[in-house]
Amino acid sequence: MKAPSFAYAKAKSLAEAFELIERPGARILAGGQSLIPSLNMRLASPELLIDITGLKDLQGIDRRPGGLRIGALVTHAQLQRSDAVDQHAPLLLQAAAHIAHPAIRNRGTMGGSLALADPAAEYPACALALNATIVLVHRRGERRVPAAKFFKGLFETDIRPGEILAAAEFPKVERSVFLELARRHGDYAIVGLAGVADASGRRIAYLGVGATPVFAEQASRAVSLNAALELLGRDLQPQADLYNSSATKLHLAKVLLSRAWTTLSKPH
Amino acid sequence: MDHAVETTLTVNGTRITRRIAPRVHLVDFLRDELGLTGSHIGCEHGVCGACTVRVNGDIVRGCLMLAVQADGCTVETIEGLSDSKELAPLQQAFHEHNALQCGFCTPGMLMAAQDLVRSGTKPTRDEIRAHISGNYCRCTGYQAIVDAIEATINGKG
Ligand SMILES: Cc1cc2nc3c(=O)[nH]c(=O)nc-3n(C[C@H](O)[C@H](O)[C@H](O)COP(=O)(O)OP(=O)(O)OC[C@H]3O[C@@H](n4cnc5c(N)ncnc54)[C@H](O)[C@@H]3O)c2cc1C
Ligand code: FES
Ligand code: FES
Repeated sequence: MKAPSFAYAKAKSLAEAFELIERPGARILAGGQSLIPSLNMRLASPELLIDITGLKDLQGIDRRPGGLRIGALVTHAQLQRSDAVDQHAPLLLQAAAHIAHPAIRNRGTMGGSLALADPAAEYPACALALNATIVLVHRRGERRVPAAKFFKGLFETDIRPGEILAAAEFPKVERSVFLELARRHGDYAIVGLAGVADASGRRIAYLGVGATPVFAEQASRAVSLNAALELLGRDLQPQADLYNSSATKLHLAKVLLSRAWTTLSKPH
Repeated sequence: MDHAVETTLTVNGTRITRRIAPRVHLVDFLRDELGLTGSHIGCEHGVCGACTVRVNGDIVRGCLMLAVQADGCTVETIEGLSDSKELAPLQQAFHEHNALQCGFCTPGMLMAAQDLVRSGTKPTRDEIRAHISGNYCRCTGYQAIVDAIEATINGKG
């Protein structure tokens, strides 16, 4: 199908983007790899698309004390090629390989993925496991929101009207596992696991099990794999999808936990 | 045209300036405005890969990029890469390995495959499959396509 009619403006500065965003029916366009399909399917009908891909402030991967700042416009492909990500947040590299296909990874962005908050997407679960901070900018300044408070519901985030997601900050965590089960490579996951571990303990988050990514708090703290498998049933109450029942999803989540456990449990 | 935006892009080496309605995606523009019908349209939501073109050197979904977003960009299509002979070894290998039947997926498949060929790596069959995983073929069953790409990369096209 073809997209409905809309106006288009490429923002030349953040200031201009903040001005355009106030217009009725305005919507931000980043990589377009989720928004344009929804336009073509006529699931969305914005009046104005504000293309932010020219904004330098939202680009780049920077090393910071204790971690990394990844600009909203960094594409999945750029992230995959980054040595800094490999050293500071290898979880993201492992996850990016599961996102769609090369041609889509060349345009889709980190910021677009976090802002969309698809419950089956990889980065939101990684952001939760890594305790990332989402940086939102608006006309008068910036707001920093921990990932645990950012994902609020199905495709729903803490982004307020007039705000643009500028970056995400990830603390350095070297030991990580990303696993997912999908019907075909590149499809959205049925269930996925993003896990990290450091001296302060393990953090395991799941995707594809509910309206938002879910932090498996009790399983993360368990002393043994058997205990973790038992506790996972309290952390997750997976929602069935078209093909998989809740019980199937919980079973698959346990399978992934068993596969990830050794890596996440070696002594530091 | 509603909300039309003046857009200048280079397509297969030729600089073009047009006023384009924002709702027109890149492949419709290439096909309907420029008559470059080699890039195909299957699903128009990013799933099938029939629309694969190169923008600034990277393969993209032509149906998931607005033509106005290509302002200032260099676009290469199956026509350009055929004429320049860049695709000749792959095309020969596809022919020899029977890697196409109806041919609908073939332009997109060649664009995705060439992306891998020119990366200079020596991919395994699994890596070849991963690289073309976003390109659907309803005829061949993929085996012959992977054979053709592998043969091209190993220089025994
Ligand atoms: C066939 C196919 C398969 C896919 N498979 C996967 C997959 O397996 N896993 C996965 O995670 N993704 C998948 N995707 C989606 C892809 O990763 C998208 O790139 C990503 O979800 C959105 O990023 P984008 O930059 O393309 O955003 P856009 O499509 O441009 O925008 C998405 C939404 O976010 C808003 N937005 C974008 N950037 C900002 C910002 N900086 N601030 C505020 N709001 C913003 C937009 O207004 C829009 O509502 C797939 C896409 C396709 C077409
Ligand atoms: S037409 Fe673009 S991916 Fe199918
Ligand atoms: S040859 Fe017919 S779809 Fe691939």
